Amino acid sequence: MFPFLPLGPFLLQLPGLALLVGVWVGLSLAENEAKKLRLNASDIYNLVFYGLVGGLIGARLAYAGRYLSAYLDDPLSLISLNPNTLSPYGGLLIGVAVSVLYGWRKKLPLRATLDALTPGLAAFMVLFALANFLSGDAFGAPTDLPWAIYLWDEYRHPTQVYEFLLALGVFFIAWKRQLAPPGSGLNFLLFLALTAAARLFVEAFRGDSLLLAEGLRAAQLVSLGVVLVSLWLMRVWGEEGRRSRGEEVKR
Amino acid sequence: MKSSTLSRGKPRQQGWTPLQTLLQNPGAWNALMVAVFLLGGAWILFSRIPPAETTNGAPPPSPREGFSAPDFTLELLGDGGEVTLSDFRGQVVMVNLWASWCPPCRAEMPAIEQVYQDFKDAGLVVLAVNTTYQDTESAAAAFVQEFNLTFPVPLDRTGAVSNRYQLRGLPSTYFVDRQGVIRSVVVGGPMSETLIRSKVEDLLAEAP
Repeated sequence: MFPFLPLGPFLLQLPGLALLVGVWVGLSLAENEAKKLRLNASDIYNLVFYGLVGGLIGARLAYAGRYLSAYLDDPLSLISLNPNTLSPYGGLLIGVAVSVLYGWRKKLPLRATLDALTPGLAAFMVLFALANFLSGDAFGAPTDLPWAIYLWDEYRHPTQVYEFLLALGVFFIAWKRQLAPPGSGLNFLLFLALTAAARLFVEAFRGDSLLLAEGLRAAQLVSLGVVLVSLWLMRVWGEEGRRSRGEEVKR
Repeated sequence: MKSSTLSRGKPRQQGWTPLQTLLQNPGAWNALMVAVFLLGGAWILFSRIPPAETTNGAPPPSPREGFSAPDFTLELLGDGGEVTLSDFRGQVVMVNLWASWCPPCRAEMPAIEQVYQDFKDAGLVVLAVNTTYQDTESAAAAFVQEFNLTFPVPLDRTGAVSNRYQLRGLPSTYFVDRQGVIRSVVVGGPMSETLIRSKVEDLLAEAP
């Protein structure tokens, strides 16, 4: 809705700024949480940082791979500040792969690491919703409800606001660590389940859904899958946690 | 019980939240999963879009990816004549909004001209709309001469087209496919030749 702020000759991209703030807040929260969980905070910081850098480079390479002939003519244009030549899903995949590789090489404990990242990820999701609001992405379906917003030539559901409020709720739940003991990975799974559930709910009001056969929304099917797998893993990890604590008592 | 190395301070009471009480009872947790599956599935079915509503032709016009490019008719720079965007249905159109005083516009024009030369025979149309309401026709004409631009330069004298396209920054470029749908929007610049080619090649490859 307010994507650009002209600052003299510069065009400040507000959604990008919101994402940057999200990364910064997310990183500092993850570092704090890592300290509380007695993990090496700089390992967690590096895990995220290398993931981000790897993701950015990966996003450009994935885009160039799709338009190979154009890039072979001018390989230097691989280095460009333009976000239009990034492939978001390719970047996400490669970024996560880099983080996993780093964590594996550093032998970071998986579940405690995931729990350490949780408040940061939850905070990032709040800023991500704000970025969508500013850019007008992830927009809603047309509606004549009184709280509709005028966007893209139509009165629409303010899906970005729904997204923002739900992300805020998820953040507070993640912040309170509903599922003690922290470090068991359960808090991360709860965050994942709630975030996916929020998407499952909000997607119903979106105006830009990818549709599958019979008009089903792809994002909803994926989200429901993520919710169910998270719930199932919560049970498994919860039982394992209890068993190991039980063994400790016996010893 | 020995306190785990991960929990802070004294060990927490088991079942300190309703959710954790639930998690300690596998039967109840299974019931929760079934309930979530049923509720989520019902919500998905409830919120699906009936196929009848999605096959009603072109999307509505709006200056955004996935929408139809808002139509316009403008006078051309130079010897007059008019140009209408919708006349180019079936061709790939690159709508570029620019002004002669805008440095990134200057920087990217040669690249646009180069791509136009390479692809005009394949069906690429470039409409370099001058934002004349914040520029002058003489400056625009000098600009066109300086860079030897060969594509049409429509003049947005009133700012109506810039307004309709929700112009936020110069240059702004809209890549429109053969069906008249905007497929990519690039705000700000300068665009490299590689960027323009990558955006245009895909659209040209699509069946007319």
